[in-house]
Amino acid sequence: MSTSADTIDEFVSSDYKYGFITDIESESLEPGLNEDVIQFISAKKDEPEWLLEWRLKAFRHFEKMENPTWPHVKYPPVNFQEISYYSAPKKKGDGPKSLDEVDPKLLETYEKLGVPLHERARLAGVAVDAVFDSESIGTTFKEDLAKAGVIFCPISEAVREHPELVRKYIGTVVPYTDNYYAALNSAVFSDGSFVYIPKGTRCPMELSTYFRINAANTGQFERTLIVAEESSHVSYLEGCTAPMRDENQLHAAVVELVALDNAEIKYSTVQNWYPGDEEGRGGIYNFVTKRGICKTNAKISWTQVETGSAITWKYPSVILQGNNSIGEFYSIALTNKAQQADTGTKMVHIGKNTRSTIISKGISAGKGQNSYRGLVQVGKKASNARNFSQCDSLLIGNKCGAHTFPYIEAKNPTASIEHEATTSKIGEDQIFYCNQRGLETQDAVNMIVNGFCKEVFRELPMEFAVEAQKLLDVSLEGSVG
Amino acid sequence: MLEIKNLQARIDEKQILKGINLSVKSGEVHAIMGPNGSGKSTLASVLAGREGYDITDGEVLLQGNDILEMSPEERAREGVFLAFQYPVEIPGVNSTYFLRSAVNQIRKHRGDEELDAMKFLKLVKTKMKELGLAEEFLKRPVNAGFSGGEKKRNEILQMTMLDPSLAVLDETDSGLDIDALRIVADGVNRLKNQNNAQIVITHYQRLLDYIVPDFVHVLYDGCIIKSGDKTLAHDLEEKGYDWLIKDS
Repeated sequence: MSTSADTIDEFVSSDYKYGFITDIESESLEPGLNEDVIQFISAKKDEPEWLLEWRLKAFRHFEKMENPTWPHVKYPPVNFQEISYYSAPKKKGDGPKSLDEVDPKLLETYEKLGVPLHERARLAGVAVDAVFDSESIGTTFKEDLAKAGVIFCPISEAVREHPELVRKYIGTVVPYTDNYYAALNSAVFSDGSFVYIPKGTRCPMELSTYFRINAANTGQFERTLIVAEESSHVSYLEGCTAPMRDENQLHAAVVELVALDNAEIKYSTVQNWYPGDEEGRGGIYNFVTKRGICKTNAKISWTQVETGSAITWKYPSVILQGNNSIGEFYSIALTNKAQQADTGTKMVHIGKNTRSTIISKGISAGKGQNSYRGLVQVGKKASNARNFSQCDSLLIGNKCGAHTFPYIEAKNPTASIEHEATTSKIGEDQIFYCNQRGLETQDAVNMIVNGFCKEVFRELPMEFAVEAQKLLDVSLEGSVG
Repeated sequence: MLEIKNLQARIDEKQILKGINLSVKSGEVHAIMGPNGSGKSTLASVLAGREGYDITDGEVLLQGNDILEMSPEERAREGVFLAFQYPVEIPGVNSTYFLRSAVNQIRKHRGDEELDAMKFLKLVKTKMKELGLAEEFLKRPVNAGFSGGEKKRNEILQMTMLDPSLAVLDETDSGLDIDALRIVADGVNRLKNQNNAQIVITHYQRLLDYIVPDFVHVLYDGCIIKSGDKTLAHDLEEKGYDWLIKDS
């Protein structure tokens, strides 16, 4: 027994379960970014003129912007000309009319990912929209939802079937001028989900979109728009995976949520993009803009479990425009190996008596770098606005880092803002203590990490809380030797 | 039960244990005493398998099996329990969950059926009552925010639940008031039977008023320089260690 090696230091090298590639014939656009590409995408999706115009305006704006350098992450500049902006499984004839006609290889892919789409194995009570590279390959439970008046379909379909709704809301929460990657997304977005919950309706089941990047050198630019009419309620979940590849791949999504008076939207993310290897080779660049707007008495709740991606750069935010509206952000961000995350939220209090809660749990292992960045802004008219923020960091080993960047701007004297932050470390002594009680090191780490995260797990829909916990365990596998 | 033969260990090139020989039979309680820096805690750590020590010579046999080759968790499952001098805080991890996981790991290893939440709770509550511990304990995270005395009592609860064949108590009495001391001693005395053994490492005779040892050993500069029965502890209390050290 002469080991003086650092137990925790050897904690790297877990296998990414979802790293397989589906061998399927794809129709991909040559790499390159220009107006022709945008015209191609728009034509491919049979879009109306106004949307093409909007895309082109966004592109022209994007060209004038520069890559933001303020996030606490390091990566070589992205060459946008080397990326293909459209890739989709090749369709036979007119393409599948229902899920039964979808290429079995694709169905098999989703089955392997734990998201069976065919009728007999579907997840009970969860409707799924499956997006493969740039296209949605199918949506389950569509008819059942339609009976309740709920629209749940790929956004490209919504553009054709419900153009008035899309046109009314797209870009209202995240305008294309918002930031670099939002502008890019607005120009080249391919697919994503569209959700519309009519007035006074409680969506009868969980809605979920599963994003899968398969093709090499392809970016995924999904756009999701969720509109909850007055007094409606919806719970939505997204999951993401990608194959293991040595090159970095870009995923620049925009998600817009609109919660009208008394409506409630619960948006949960379990993000497990390929994280890259120990040396930082490969992995997804996850540069995402997510924002929701709350009208009077409305509530938006973001819950995210971020375990994948080489770089994560996202700040799901809530604009609390209506009086008495509520914004919540619950986050677990894990960085292992050479992963970097700069994530957090923005809570913008505009209406009176608005309330927001931020619970952020950052876990760093391996050489991971984890930053929390959050803004709490209280406008002049937002009297009695209240915010509570809690940002906790957990370090595993000596080579990782945790950083916290809280920003607070209060322009109303009646605002009440609380911020708590802690940093702790899983120590050798804690591990030894658990070992001495008969527990394996890996179980000990999982136990400590799960204990650290439980406030956030509690917020996830039940079906996914267990999944998320398992995912976290797997992501930390091998992180202790 | 336990055979320690010529055990030598060092940490960062510094030799701490210089040839320990100790034989502990089932049903026995051994006390190890000695001045600060004599190697008492190192001995406890080496027995439990803490990292960072180089074992340079010797062997440790538990029921005939060499435990030095085993990982800490394997030793624990084989029946080695260390009551820590400084029990570690594990925030966020519920005490009940922690203890049940540990109990079930050990039961699994012994080929016993794992306890479900209900059975476990029933058992732990009975044991807590016997030890005079408040049920409150179970709801709190492991040792987090516990007072020194509470931590030590928690160690005793864990020991009671895990039912080890060899319990090593590393200065469990330090920092305890007399009531806590009684609880600790009571736990050790309740555990004692013909199939297990205990090694009590202590600084003071005080604990030995409550836990009566069969043998007392004096550890000095990495060696056991004197062994005797419980009267040796009284001699040490009166005369200190100097008279032994001069002799050695």
